[in-house]
Amino acid sequence: MADNPHHGQTQSAGAQTTGHVWDGDLQELNNPLPAWWTYTFYATMVFALVYWVIYPSWPIGKGFLPGMSTITYLNADGKEESWHWNTRAKLLKESQDAVIAQKPYYDKVAGLPYEQIGKDPELSSFVLSAGKAVFSDNCAGCHQAGGQGKVGLFPNLVDDDWLHGGGFDKINQTISKGRRGYMPPFGEALDQAQVDELAQYVFSLSGGKADPVKAGKGKELFHSQTGACYYCHGDDAKGRQVIGSANLTDKVWLWADVPGLADDAAKIGAIKKVIAGGLDKGVMPAWESRLNAEQIKLLTVYVHELGGGK
Amino acid sequence: MFKNFKHEKIETNAGLLLVLTMIAVSIGGLVEIAPLFFLKDTMENVAGVRPYTPLESRGRDIYIREGCYTCHSQMIRPFRDEQLRYGHYSLAAESKYDHPFQWGSKRTGPDLARVGGKYSNEWHVQHLIKPVSVVPESVMPNYLWLQETKLDVSDVGDRMRALRVTGVPYSANGEEYQRNVKQFGEAVAKTLHIPDALSNLVAQAQEGNFDGDRSSVSEMDAMVAYLQVLGTMVDFSKIKPEDLVKFR
Repeated sequence: MADNPHHGQTQSAGAQTTGHVWDGDLQELNNPLPAWWTYTFYATMVFALVYWVIYPSWPIGKGFLPGMSTITYLNADGKEESWHWNTRAKLLKESQDAVIAQKPYYDKVAGLPYEQIGKDPELSSFVLSAGKAVFSDNCAGCHQAGGQGKVGLFPNLVDDDWLHGGGFDKINQTISKGRRGYMPPFGEALDQAQVDELAQYVFSLSGGKADPVKAGKGKELFHSQTGACYYCHGDDAKGRQVIGSANLTDKVWLWADVPGLADDAAKIGAIKKVIAGGLDKGVMPAWESRLNAEQIKLLTVYVHELGGGK
Repeated sequence: MFKNFKHEKIETNAGLLLVLTMIAVSIGGLVEIAPLFFLKDTMENVAGVRPYTPLESRGRDIYIREGCYTCHSQMIRPFRDEQLRYGHYSLAAESKYDHPFQWGSKRTGPDLARVGGKYSNEWHVQHLIKPVSVVPESVMPNYLWLQETKLDVSDVGDRMRALRVTGVPYSANGEEYQRNVKQFGEAVAKTLHIPDALSNLVAQAQEGNFDGDRSSVSEMDAMVAYLQVLGTMVDFSKIKPEDLVKFR
């Protein structure tokens, strides 16, 4: 069809062609884009031009066009300072605005002694909801979402048993500075029979059914220079909060899973394991470098609310 | 010269089409990435950032081997919600010795850029062996072989040498060691000395006792050592926030 009578048109639709012809009769249609599309495209170009003027854009040598938009924030000396728009400046400004918005509450929290915070219902609900958020982000990984902890790993914060003290000041200190649980291993200093006797005695302290003869011998060991358990756990075996030693007379267990095990032999076995192997774990990280003083105060109130007091 | 130029020329010349396509495609990268290598505001000038010790570096290798980056990012963006949850936003300087960096953009799990020091070693060990035992809602798989597998330390020096080629200042000789002493102080410089890599690795694993078992160096030791150093090198209490604003 070299002599196409419809040159410049398609036979069917009557649309324009580009005029290119291959193999004598293959033509290329020319369908221009709709006007709305092309004008939208031009509009995006105009948008880009405006954007370049407002925000940081083109690199030039070692710098770049900073744009006309600026953000004003407070510097470390409390003076106003402006810088071209960027996400870091925006974040700094937003953080400072949030601090100002929360300032009335934080000032109240910072100024009031712990005991007073609970007496103001509005403040108390602020502290507990903010404290819960901080707790969920930072503490729940170990102490679990409800603060119930994990036997064998992380202390329970909901009960009223506190290794290092459950008063406001002690909780604050624990959060700020961290803690480290340690008990020396007695597996080499004592023989197996002695470890067993001690375990029987410790089990009996919290009302467990132990062999009375062995427990009696264990009691002697506990208070002797050989075992010297009393040195840390106290003459009454109730522990000493100054050094964080455990109260052995209650039914709260952190390291040996006594409540979770089924029969008495297994329970005593778990206690034996702790006596023989000791503990060099139970590290609570120090939070003062990660959280600020206000956050730690909120957390202290929150944790105290969970089960503090003693 | 454009007067006689016809589009047909490109369409009928594969070689020319290829060259021009490559130029068109590279413009995005040239405009958005290349300038960062020359802008003076790209890299913050902060103290404390150092290359990883041999043990941390091996931990990082395992982190990459296990594909942790597919679910965990290591870049806290400068947004308020991220700062509240994860800590201070990440700085470019903090990953300047990372090859390749682990920024990522996929968060099935949380960001790990500042996980160092947030949890205890025991928590990490327990969590890596069985994540749901400490985080009940977790979907992370169990990595129980880390604790049981002895760390392959045979090539730790070679790995550091390879990183040295990419620009990480590990020292291979006395002169470079002295340079590191000047830059990082003696204690850090010692850990960066390639000839002592193996003994440094073992010493750190012994002292840190990351996996709770001093009898051997396991992959868990390396992994936890690496996780515990993430995001801890820069002391932000010594930096004014407005100074970092100016690096953008």
